[in-house]
Amino acid sequence: MVSQEEIQAAESRAGGIRSGRAPRRAALPPLVRHLLWALLAFAVVVAVSSVVDPFTNVRVATVGYLLLAAAGLTVLTGLTGQVSLGHGAFLFVGAYTVALLVTHVPSLPFWADLLIAAAVSGVAGVLTGAAAARLHGPYLAGATLALAVGLPAITQRFPDFLGGSNGLGFTVNSMPAGLDVPTTRWQAWVVWATVLLGMVVLANITSGRVGREMRAVRDDEVSAALAGIRVGRTKVLAFLVSAVCGGLAGGLQAFLLGTAAPGSFTPALSLTLLAAVVLGGVGSLWGALWGALALVALQAGAEELAHGLSLRTDVANFLPLAIFGVVLIVVVLVLPQGIHGLLRKIPLRRRKDSHVEG
Amino acid sequence: MPDFLTLTLGGLTNGAIYAALGLALVIIYRATRVVNFAQPALALLCAYLAYSVNRATGGYWLGLLVALVAGGVLGALTERVLMRPLRRSGELAPVIATLGLLMLLQAVSGMIWSAEPKSFPYAFDFRGAFSPAAVFVVVVVLVTAGAVLALFGATTLGLRMRAAAFKPEVASLVGVKVGLMLTIGWTLAAVVGALAGVLAAPPFLSPTVLDAVFVYALTAAVLGGLENPVGTIIGGFGLGVVLSYVSGYVGPELVTLASLAILVLVLTFRPHGLFGRGVARRV
Repeated sequence: MVSQEEIQAAESRAGGIRSGRAPRRAALPPLVRHLLWALLAFAVVVAVSSVVDPFTNVRVATVGYLLLAAAGLTVLTGLTGQVSLGHGAFLFVGAYTVALLVTHVPSLPFWADLLIAAAVSGVAGVLTGAAAARLHGPYLAGATLALAVGLPAITQRFPDFLGGSNGLGFTVNSMPAGLDVPTTRWQAWVVWATVLLGMVVLANITSGRVGREMRAVRDDEVSAALAGIRVGRTKVLAFLVSAVCGGLAGGLQAFLLGTAAPGSFTPALSLTLLAAVVLGGVGSLWGALWGALALVALQAGAEELAHGLSLRTDVANFLPLAIFGVVLIVVVLVLPQGIHGLLRKIPLRRRKDSHVEG
Repeated sequence: MPDFLTLTLGGLTNGAIYAALGLALVIIYRATRVVNFAQPALALLCAYLAYSVNRATGGYWLGLLVALVAGGVLGALTERVLMRPLRRSGELAPVIATLGLLMLLQAVSGMIWSAEPKSFPYAFDFRGAFSPAAVFVVVVVLVTAGAVLALFGATTLGLRMRAAAFKPEVASLVGVKVGLMLTIGWTLAAVVGALAGVLAAPPFLSPTVLDAVFVYALTAAVLGGLENPVGTIIGGFGLGVVLSYVSGYVGPELVTLASLAILVLVLTFRPHGLFGRGVARRV
């Protein structure tokens, strides 16, 4: 069932307003509104990337691809209720597709590499979704975890083609000839342009009929089926959408790092992405943004802390994982709605007269 | 071409470990409807403690004992501190909480003992097709499984634990301390898990060594229907043998994917596992 809160949230999204009482602004079509948001966000990214140093630009780009990966997982886990512990597998597929294309088909432009990576991981997502549509709860979590643990091992199976444990290293010359900006700044722009386009598509999908069907499947499969929603198809679609986002994110990560190696796609990555979604707030694409920002900030904070306290390398290496673990536990215990749930409550406390969600 | 008999015997030894860790998962799932994703990390920490004690004393048995005790303490703590506050907060929250604990404990193990693999001893001589060490693993797991089954089936404590799991309200009405029973269940499961961790550790212990073992254990538990200890034991041994053939005849790097394929295939045709009974889900 769709809760009252969600109807109001949907109304507020559709009308661009928060309360039924406030005067309605002239409503823009959702696509235009989402595109405007994306343009604004891109302007912010360009502005930020122009004033910070190259190292920070890599972090800005990292927020970008983590945002897309987390947003895909939000659609699957938050909106459709399918707990996936194997999202990293789709990043793996995307990263290796890009690496292979750049190495073997250097004539293709980079945007075509990304499109193909999205398509390949989309196929992987449909296959996974078709296999997983009948699974629920712990069975699904176990199967996706097996995928995350097992898939990177195929690099050992084809050491010549996939580079074994060292992975594939490559360089992308994607910068237009006339443009003279530092490489990392250009990379941040490419990453964010792709990510924001993806987010526009996601926002459009999830705020429309498909999004409502996903929520209905999450809340009660039987009722959703009775209401005429094809539950299996909706779940496969959610896997497809999330896998495409994951694949794009993986491709962007490979582009940013210039390498695709199995060590980047451990089960810990999948769990970290789930941590980002839960921390940001399941069920909202905004949550994915807060989650991605928090991941990068926590990682940076952990590095600073390790450096400042001059911790041993072992401790420093494992500090981020420990922090993510603690954050997950604390969020579940004291902040089940995540950062986005917290943010949504803040402005509402001041407006006592409006009966809005909370 | 690897020897068929060697692969089968090796598979049975590995399968015993999957069965033991799977049994730990089933004990908790039966009691609380939660899959304890922190189980591999709890077992890992215990195995590392055994490693340190082994290093200090030079023997094997004191390390094993320390690991089992540590497992019990950690299991009880997990239930009291982490799981109890989440008892009424939906399906996702306990999953996330155990995943958080998994990340935390894995990181702590890595911080203390570093990511470098540490050599971990076998209990007995491990050379040969069916070595004393392998016999030890199989026998210990079978004895443990028998003891757990006897506890559940033939003692008052086991009856109370089952009652607390299946009908908590009724159980508390007739005087069963439901909370205490849950704590005992988690303690028991974590002790079995710690045993599995110590058995799985040789020859080398590293922070991620139990990831794959956990996947196989979970597969074994799911094959058994997640609630059926006997089915899990059989599933664990069977899976161990099949995966040993995959490793020997196809390639060790495909073992985890083979385990995934088995899991998906079985669940497609038997949604509640090979040995599970279909239960009507509440809608």
